[in-house]
Amino acid sequence: MTYSKLNYVGLSAFILLAACASKPPTTNTANTGAGSRSTEAAALPPASATNQGAGQGGNQGANSGLYGNNYGAGQNAANPYAGQVLATLGDRVFFATDAYNLSEEARATLSRQAAWLNGNPNSRLLVAGNCDERGTREYNLALGARRANSVKDFLVSLGVNANRIETVSYGKERPIDDRPNESGWAINRNSHSMPIN
Amino acid sequence: MKIKLGSLFSQLTIFMWVALSLLPFSSALAQAPAQRMVVDVTEGHRRPMPIAIADFAGPNGANIAQVVREDLERSGLFTVQNPQSFAGRIPDVNVTPRFTDWRAISTEALVIGRGSQTEERLRVEFRLWDIYGQSQLLGLEFSSSDVNWRRIAHKVADAIYGRLTGKTGMFDSRVIFVSETGPRTNRIKRLAVMDQDGANPSFLTDGDEQILNPRFSTSGQQVVYTSLGQRGLKLWVLDIPTGRREAVTGLGNMVFAPRFSRDGQSLIFSSDRDGNTDIMTKNLRTGQVRRLTDNPAIDTSPDFSPDSSRVVFTSDRSGNPQIYKMNAQGTGVARISFGSGRYSTPVWSPDGTMVAFTKQAGGQFHIGVMNSDGSNERILASSYLVEGPSFAPNGRVIVFQREEGPGASPSIWTVDVSGANLRKVSIGVSGSDPAWSPMLE
Repeated sequence: MTYSKLNYVGLSAFILLAACASKPPTTNTANTGAGSRSTEAAALPPASATNQGAGQGGNQGANSGLYGNNYGAGQNAANPYAGQVLATLGDRVFFATDAYNLSEEARATLSRQAAWLNGNPNSRLLVAGNCDERGTREYNLALGARRANSVKDFLVSLGVNANRIETVSYGKERPIDDRPNESGWAINRNSHSMPIN
Repeated sequence: MKIKLGSLFSQLTIFMWVALSLLPFSSALAQAPAQRMVVDVTEGHRRPMPIAIADFAGPNGANIAQVVREDLERSGLFTVQNPQSFAGRIPDVNVTPRFTDWRAISTEALVIGRGSQTEERLRVEFRLWDIYGQSQLLGLEFSSSDVNWRRIAHKVADAIYGRLTGKTGMFDSRVIFVSETGPRTNRIKRLAVMDQDGANPSFLTDGDEQILNPRFSTSGQQVVYTSLGQRGLKLWVLDIPTGRREAVTGLGNMVFAPRFSRDGQSLIFSSDRDGNTDIMTKNLRTGQVRRLTDNPAIDTSPDFSPDSSRVVFTSDRSGNPQIYKMNAQGTGVARISFGSGRYSTPVWSPDGTMVAFTKQAGGQFHIGVMNSDGSNERILASSYLVEGPSFAPNGRVIVFQREEGPGASPSIWTVDVSGANLRKVSIGVSGSDPAWSPMLE
C-alpha cells in the first residue's frame, strides 16, 4: 500500500460574503420627457433676460424630461431658472456618427448660448459630450470629450472666457432617447450645456 | 433574483488540501503502463469525454456534486452522465469501484466523493477513476469553512479538469462586473462581483455613481474602476481584503480605462485634456505620472502585456479606431489590426500570445482574437452589441458583455478561445463590463 506524501498547503483567499443586510437601490424615476430640441427659443427675449420669467412659461415639459435625470448629486443645482433659459435657447447640439464637428444648426444654437453667457458674466457652464450606443464604452468616453471640447472651443471663439466652461464626457452612459435605432442614436449624439456654480 | 449588498470585508479562509492514499487495487494497476487518459482541449470538434460524478456522501454532498457537474459540463469538454443512471450503485470513496459496472453506462471517468463536517469545518475527499484504464487518477481532500462549500466544489472541478486535460482549471475564480438596473435613460450601474459560474453575486457600490470597466490586479486582491459623476470621471482602487477604496487623485476630471500593471504598482489609463485623449501611467507608490502617447488622435483602452514590456491600445490615428502596440515606455508604436472594421478594447491573453478585442463591422459588434502580431484574426462571437473581452486565468475562455438585440439588457457571456461553447452566465441581474479574476488561492 502506497501512501502519498501529505501536503499541507495553506491558502488564503478572499471571500466576499454577502453578509450585510440587503439594501434596495435608490429609486430613480424614469424621465421619459420628449424632445430636447425645442426650437421656439428664437421667439423668446434674447439672452439679456435674467432668470426671472423665462422658465416659468410653458417649457417645463421639455425641461423636466431632460434635466430631471437623477444621475449623481447636484444636477442643475446652480440655478434651475438658468437651466430653463438655456433649454429655451437650445442647450443641446447634435453630431453626425463618430463626428465632433459643429453643424450650421449647432453653431446657431451655440451662438445663442454665447450671447446668454456674455450677458450673464457670472454664469458658468458645464458642457457634457454624449454618444450613441454604437461604439465601445471607452472609445465613446473619448469621443464625447471631443464633442464637449468642440462646443467649448466655439463658445470661446465667441468671446466667452474659457475658465467659465467646464467640459466632461458621459460617453454612451447617459442617453436621453431609448430608441435603439438611427433616430434615437441621432438624438443621443449630442453635447449638453448646463449652468453650474 | 435579489442580490445582496456585499460586505467588503473578506473572511480570511484557509483552504487545505491533502492527497488521498491510493487504494491497494489501483496502486497495483498503476504500475502497468496504462494509456494516458487525456481530453484534447485544442480541437473544438473533439468528442467531449463522458464522466460520471456521483452525488457525494455526507453534508451538502448532492449540491457539491452538482456544482462539479455544472462546471465540467460548462467547459464543453465533458459530457456529464445523468446521476439517475447510476443512483443507488455508488461505492464508498475508499472502495475501488467495479469498473465493469461503470463501463455499462459508457462513462470513461468516474468521481466518487464524500464530505464530513466537524463544527464549521467541511472536509471533502474525492477520487477520480479511469474506468477503462482501471486506475485511480486522482485522490484529494479539501477542507475549509462550510460556508465555502461552493468554492470547495470548484476546487474539486479544477483538480479534475487539470488531471484530465493537462491544463490549469478556471472554476475557482470570480468575475467583477457592473450590475445595470433601471431604464436605459436613467441607468444605475453598480460595481458587483460573482463567482465565475454566476453564483453569489454581491454589490460593492451603492449606485450613487455610475461604475465603468472594473479590472482585477494580477494578485486578485485589488480592483480598479472608473466612476462617472456629473462633473467627470474618476479612478478608484478597491482593496478587497480590507474593503477600503481610495480615489486616484491628481489626474483631472476626465480619466478612464484603467488597468493595473502586472506588478500592481502602477495604473495605466487614458486621460482627456482639451478633447484629446492620451495614455498615461501613474505609479501608485511614488505618485509619478508619465505620458506614454502624445498624439492628437484618441488613444485609449491600454493593456500591459504579461511580461510588462509592451502595451496594446486603441487609437483612431489612422482615421478610425484600430489596435496598436508599443513598448511600455511609449516608443515603437505599431498598428496590428488591419481587417475591415473598427477595433477597440484590446486585452492580452495570460500567456501573451494573443490579443482579444471588440470589432465593429457590418452593422454588428464582434468579439475576436488575433495573435499578438495581428495575424490569424478569428471572430468568436457576434451580436447587436458585444463588447469588452476578458480572459479566464487559464486563457481558454473569454468573458464579455452582450446585448442580444436592439434594446436588450446587457448580459454576461462566455466563449471558448476556439470559438466553441458560447454561453450566457446566469446571474439573475443585468450585467456589463465583466473582468475575470486570477485563480483564487
